[in-house]
Amino acid sequence: MMQAVSIPPFERFYDDHREEVFGYLMRLLGRQPAEDAFQETFLRALRAYGGLEHGRHLRAWVFTIATRIAIDERRRERPRGELPELSTSDRRPAYAELADHAGSLPPTERAAVVLRYGYDLPYPEIASALGSSEEAARQAASSGVRRLRRKEGTR
Amino acid sequence: MTLPPEVDRRFRDAAAAEGLVDAAYDVVDSPIGPLWIGATSRGLCRISFDADRDPDAELERLAGRFGVKVLRVPSRLDAARRQLDDYFEGRRQTFELEIDLAGVPTFQQEVLRELALVPYAETATYGGLAQRIGRPRAARAVGGALNRNPVPIVLPCHRIVGATGSLVGYAGGLDRKRALLDLEGAGVSWLGGP
Repeated sequence: MMQAVSIPPFERFYDDHREEVFGYLMRLLGRQPAEDAFQETFLRALRAYGGLEHGRHLRAWVFTIATRIAIDERRRERPRGELPELSTSDRRPAYAELADHAGSLPPTERAAVVLRYGYDLPYPEIASALGSSEEAARQAASSGVRRLRRKEGTR
Repeated sequence: MTLPPEVDRRFRDAAAAEGLVDAAYDVVDSPIGPLWIGATSRGLCRISFDADRDPDAELERLAGRFGVKVLRVPSRLDAARRQLDDYFEGRRQTFELEIDLAGVPTFQQEVLRELALVPYAETATYGGLAQRIGRPRAARAVGGALNRNPVPIVLPCHRIVGATGSLVGYAGGLDRKRALLDLEGAGVSWLGGP
């Protein structure tokens, strides 16, 4: 039996995840849209929070919400246009630089690359963030990486 | 790439404005130490002296009483903060705040309602309060009810003293009880004891 994990008071959940969710949205969207998407992410989380049945996977859950909002936003605002300069931050795993160059990728590949290489999320959680199968999440990340490598080559 | 304070504040205000929060709280400074204050949409529900010692326990307690959607929203505590400031500056003797006693047992609510009638700078005894609620033999139970007062200061359990006028217990510590009575100018002798 899996042990029940109690749901922390929202403030604690928010405090644990606000910085990295904001950082994630900044990398996907740039400053101004990230601020709006940040608020929408946590409002959506708060609306659903009282209905959660346990406190497992809260990090993946909030990344899922943020990813969907960011993808919708990008499809709406910038179907093919210019992408913002992405800022970098410390404390990230190896290959993190891949995530920094992901700005030119299509939304789904971009989110997959940033979640995998920028935030070290495992594929099952990336799949749930993208609303796809694990296989599709792997493919999105690897095709994103291939595309980036090709670009590197042509630079 | 840290979260800008104004983005953080905007989210907190929006969450409260949308009515998504079960209970809001903030920590405010006071001459008797930081106070952890909480409110629901129905009114002030918590004042705690343990802001420094164990903020997580306060969060859990509030979540247990009102629901997990507990969020720090300073703007929601503006009225309480202003009135507490005025009280500590000696500019205010009575609080005009709604109080939310949801989840508080009936007997304790009865005691707290009677307690609210004890005027500024005056004191009453546990036995006296027991008498006023028609339970003259319940002085000890009254003491217990006051000890678990969810909103001290505003519901003035510091004004309740022992039969001999001695200070006896206070959940926030006797130093705070003394400080509050001194602030109000209540003529209580600090020498009396059991």
